Amino acid sequence: MSILDIDERLFTLLDKVEFDRSPITDIKEVGECDVGIIEGGLCNAENVEVLREFRRRCKVLVALGACAINGGLPAQRNHLSLPLLLQEVYRSEPGAEYGLIPNDPELPLPLNKVHPLHEVVRIDHFIPGCPPSADAIWQVLTGLLEGREHPLDHSLIHFD
Amino acid sequence: MSATFLLDGRAIPFSEGQTILQAAVAAGAYIPHLCFHPDFKPHGSCKVCTVKVGGRQSASCTTAAAAGAVVESDTPAINAERLALVQMLFVEGNHFCPSCEKSGDCKLQATACDLGMVSPHFDHFFPDRPVDASHPDLLLDFNRCILCSLCVRASRDVDGKNAFALAGRGLRTRLIVNSRTGRLVDSDVSAGDRAVHVCPVGVILPKRRGFSVPLGRRVFDLKPISAVADASAQIEER
Repeated sequence: MSILDIDERLFTLLDKVEFDRSPITDIKEVGECDVGIIEGGLCNAENVEVLREFRRRCKVLVALGACAINGGLPAQRNHLSLPLLLQEVYRSEPGAEYGLIPNDPELPLPLNKVHPLHEVVRIDHFIPGCPPSADAIWQVLTGLLEGREHPLDHSLIHFD
Repeated sequence: MSATFLLDGRAIPFSEGQTILQAAVAAGAYIPHLCFHPDFKPHGSCKVCTVKVGGRQSASCTTAAAAGAVVESDTPAINAERLALVQMLFVEGNHFCPSCEKSGDCKLQATACDLGMVSPHFDHFFPDRPVDASHPDLLLDFNRCILCSLCVRASRDVDGKNAFALAGRGLRTRLIVNSRTGRLVDSDVSAGDRAVHVCPVGVILPKRRGFSVPLGRRVFDLKPISAVADASAQIEER
């Protein structure tokens, strides 16, 4: 969603790039890409698989936002045990006395802890913020497209 | 006060007994620091204020100022080491800025931004630390503690209560409360104590004050920490 915040600059971007897998295109497989942008932390086995696939297919990988960079708010569950969490969510709510913890083989297995992306694959660029500002995203993307890499301006570095 | 030393080429006056950092802060010159506060005895623990004096690195908060000394601080090499120190502080605790009331007023966050930190780089510890919400006016969230000991020094030296202490060693070092139960409510800490206002991060927070200053208008939202002459007073007044 934060990428959409770059507003009309998206048209400038579209002149230079082609989207592969994205929430807009809904393509399931990842093609060969120059730049991959990933948001969110690693919460389950599917997240890890998708991240590794992105790393294989993308020349440059960008971690976008607090969850991707340090696990963010979901990582606040990390000091609790997974069974306790599942019990709390699916068995302890009022009216859920007879509920079951989902156990469908199609569901990705949750990880014991939420991890940031750089703990699993190499990340080339980080755009911090919750969410990152449109200007921060724009500065990094235009920098990559122009083949220059320089640090984010101080005013664009925010952790909240 | 006639003697001076050179800090990155700028002459800094000092008086007998002052450390490099004390003199720099008094002169309005910025050397990044976290465990130092001009009102309290130096602790020398965080090492973020490390500078190079005469070719050797030392913590500027505990190194005596000397006439004619040549001090290097704002160099790419030293700032890179400071960045690594700050990144280690981030992964050793649980620092989730978006959910922290101190965001924008936090010296750890502001120092990290000033050093250009965009990620913590290292693997996170995600430690399991408690929250003590027992006190009617104060909240203690140990997840954010960087062991600067400012609350320890303020309680001992100003409040005369010895309400806080650092216990354990190495990775097991932790902040504890001096009370029969270990809980804040059973200590003699009160909301007006200096100790509860000096925390540079979001460990000791007053209750029922959330967002009295909106995000985006806090001290370090408006100016980088390197451009704020003495941020301590501005933040502690809140």
